[in-house]
Amino acid sequence: MQEPAITPELIANHGLKPEEYDLILEIIGREPTFTELGIFSAMWNEHCSYKSSKKWLRTLPTDGPQVICGPGENAGIVDIGDGDAVVFKMESHNHPSYIEPYQGAATGVGGILRDVFTMGARPIASMNALSFGEPSHHKTRQLVNGVVEGIGGYGNCFGVPCVGGEVRFHPAYNGNCLVNAFAAGLAKTDGIFYSAASGVGMPVVYLGAKTGRDGVGGATMASAEFDDTIEEKRPTVQVGDPFTEKRLMEATLELMQTGAVISIQDMGAAGLTCSAVEMGDKGGLGVRLDLENVPQREVDMTAYEMMLSESQERMLMVLKPELEAEAKAVFEKWDLDFAIVGETIAEDRFLIMHNGEVKADLPLSKLSSSAPEYDRPWIETPAPEALTDADVPTIDPIDGLKALISSPNYAGKQWVYEQYDTTVMGDTARRPGAGSGIVRVHGTDKQLAFTSDVTPRYVKANPFEGGKQAVAEAYRNLTAVGAKPLATTDNLNFGNPEKPEIMGQFVGAIKGIGEAVAALDVPIVSGNVSLYNETDGQGILPTPTIGAVGLIAADEEPIIGEARDGHIALLIGDTIGHLGQSALLAEVFNREDGDAPTVDLAAEKRNGEFIRANRDLIKACTDLGDGGLALAAFEMAEGAGVGVQIDAGDTPTLFGEDQARYLVACNFDQAEGLMMAAGQAGVTVTTVGKFGGDTVKIGGSEAPLAELSEIFRSSFAAAVA
Amino acid sequence: MKAAVVVFPGSNCDRDLAVAFEQAGCEVSMVWHKDSALPEGVDIVGVPGGFSYGDYLRCGAIAAQSPICKAVVEHTNRGGYAIGVCNGFQILTETGVLPGALLRNAGLKYICRTVDLQVATSNSVFTEGYKAGDVIGVPIAHHDGNYFADAETVAMLEDQDRVAFRYVDNPNGSIADIAGILSENRRVLGMMPHPERAADEGHGGTDGAAVFRALAGLVTAA
Repeated sequence: MQEPAITPELIANHGLKPEEYDLILEIIGREPTFTELGIFSAMWNEHCSYKSSKKWLRTLPTDGPQVICGPGENAGIVDIGDGDAVVFKMESHNHPSYIEPYQGAATGVGGILRDVFTMGARPIASMNALSFGEPSHHKTRQLVNGVVEGIGGYGNCFGVPCVGGEVRFHPAYNGNCLVNAFAAGLAKTDGIFYSAASGVGMPVVYLGAKTGRDGVGGATMASAEFDDTIEEKRPTVQVGDPFTEKRLMEATLELMQTGAVISIQDMGAAGLTCSAVEMGDKGGLGVRLDLENVPQREVDMTAYEMMLSESQERMLMVLKPELEAEAKAVFEKWDLDFAIVGETIAEDRFLIMHNGEVKADLPLSKLSSSAPEYDRPWIETPAPEALTDADVPTIDPIDGLKALISSPNYAGKQWVYEQYDTTVMGDTARRPGAGSGIVRVHGTDKQLAFTSDVTPRYVKANPFEGGKQAVAEAYRNLTAVGAKPLATTDNLNFGNPEKPEIMGQFVGAIKGIGEAVAALDVPIVSGNVSLYNETDGQGILPTPTIGAVGLIAADEEPIIGEARDGHIALLIGDTIGHLGQSALLAEVFNREDGDAPTVDLAAEKRNGEFIRANRDLIKACTDLGDGGLALAAFEMAEGAGVGVQIDAGDTPTLFGEDQARYLVACNFDQAEGLMMAAGQAGVTVTTVGKFGGDTVKIGGSEAPLAELSEIFRSSFAAAVA
Repeated sequence: MKAAVVVFPGSNCDRDLAVAFEQAGCEVSMVWHKDSALPEGVDIVGVPGGFSYGDYLRCGAIAAQSPICKAVVEHTNRGGYAIGVCNGFQILTETGVLPGALLRNAGLKYICRTVDLQVATSNSVFTEGYKAGDVIGVPIAHHDGNYFADAETVAMLEDQDRVAFRYVDNPNGSIADIAGILSENRRVLGMMPHPERAADEGHGGTDGAAVFRALAGLVTAA
């Protein structure tokens, strides 16, 4: 077949800038073939090369005694003692989900699960953080329904419990929804697998599902803004098959037991190209592929299509040749393809053969190491004006609370998480719905807690404080269930990095995240960057989602009790009444002004340690975030089915979003104990009310719990279902 | 008692069911879907939840044709005990071991939550640990759990006291609120809710544990 001639238009269609094409000419000293152009485009797009973000990602703290493997592999790995390790990562599937919500979200879940089990870990928990446009926007309902069904359709069939996540709505996401999928798995510290190839002449084996034409160019698509040609991009979205993924996981984990695996890498973005290059590059080896041996499900596929296909549920492995028969038997048992498609070679070459013809012959190490890297110009986000006293509104407390819980942003999310299997595998100790989810480490007394957090309003107003806040909130959510925060994964969603103000948001947020993860000792061990979340020049709110994992040791009890009649409501931490960028301003007054709250990291650490050390004195605990004391107290009462009375009546005290705070429910004796402990620890503990009765009474205003509960439980579905 | 749990390539509650059997004191073996015989001396077969062969067609339809299912049908024909949970219930109806069919949920959405079940009969090894009328909390997790049978079949199930569990607040449109049914000899139970997810204090409570508790002491003549 005649391959198209290389024209400036073809180069531009591959997302390559003229100067990037010049770099290609310089590297290979000749005009690339069509297949080679495709390979460069796959390796050098933003999604795969991190060319705009690398410089800043390097500044993030990624190390600590608990870290077994930091960023750069398929997922991060953290030691949880006794030879056990938790393997986790969060990754976006934003662009595909907006184009085709069901399949886009489903394959996002599939991709992150593969990242985890590729390393030898059985997935045990998932979460997803979703951002959609305003509920009244004509696309929102379809996107919410499609994305939630897609996540459920894939995860439920695969069989991993969903234990947490977030769902938010804001007009800034009207043209770009965000789908950030998190997965965590369990491995043995001596049973971890990496992607670096080793040994010359070792067989390169293709595993899993067959290759089709779906998803060709997906990673390049995900590295560009949207415009009115979006409908034409549908063929770049892959189609998921969770049943095959389930078999691929079982077969892969079984294969690893045979000792046949030298290295292994899942085929995600940019499929065969990216996985082969990564394995070769990390091992300092070349790779030759013979594409006629690639299992194909469509006829007459070209080298270009095979190298760029993003068909799902596939893996690439370097095999110990003497164990080929054992390895092949495992894949035959699970009725999956197992095909030797190439070998490792000593020269620095990425040699692609198809029916005896050379389709690409490139210096392999240059494909990733010489990828363009940009120090994009950025301007610091100007400090927002703080609210003045005159700017601060007052509101009847119950009216304010009703406004919050009737918004789909703060209403109960049962409609979402009841579509996900939350209890499969038999180890879910705390389901989604309130703060962190908890999963038991099967067969041990240890438990792992999971949360994902970010407040995009804060990040927009003040990227640095907003970045800190995302980490601090994750730290608090883990702490509130009694878990020691271990490490984090970051999923950084931003607009077009070629705009200095967007790049400024990115840089500010990274600096804030870096400072917070260092102070709170929760290193970033994996992550993903999604840029160009813009449509017709309108960017999203900067949304650096932080996924975090905490450990409840075998001899520790989690804090998962409920508030009861007669319990005292205690507030841990200091209250100033910061209303800038608050949920109350946004939801009730339609205002997004003022500065984000300042995050005092020393106070976060002090107060967090106080909660964990005094867990015996705490029946129930929640962190304070959006909606401040009023929303936290309501949610704690609503979850327990008991009324609550909060003494304060002024708007800043009730709805202010000061950080480093928790609400605790406990009995009288415990409250006394906490007060005494607080004095020694230098922590502020204040009695703010009590639980009991069947009404919610805040200051001078009151409503039946049943009435508020009905609003809280029905508003989400009413808005988007 | 010896229990065998069938493992289809898409089963995902096989381990959960095995754990519940073990906690009840059973000796458990896992049986691969390509096997055509059950292990020697098996008293009860567990057909677990999950997505047997992907269930892209009617749930359980392909599984019902698998080699192991032929052995399961023979086992139940001989009077052997069996429990099918969720996808396992769907498979047992597809094989004809139990009557009726599971349709898409009336609300057309997957539902995962703990629901209240009323124990409809205590007359079976699976329900003798309860009193008829007891209300227990057991998780459901399914897209196709809407039990349907024609009027004669439902009347027969009622007449023969073969409805094991009913939904207190019907979540999926099941006819006569049926959540689980027994075979005519009362030795096969099929149910959509997951008792194995409610058999452990640290995970979903223990309301479902009694379904397994009586099994340990049982030895069948089959």
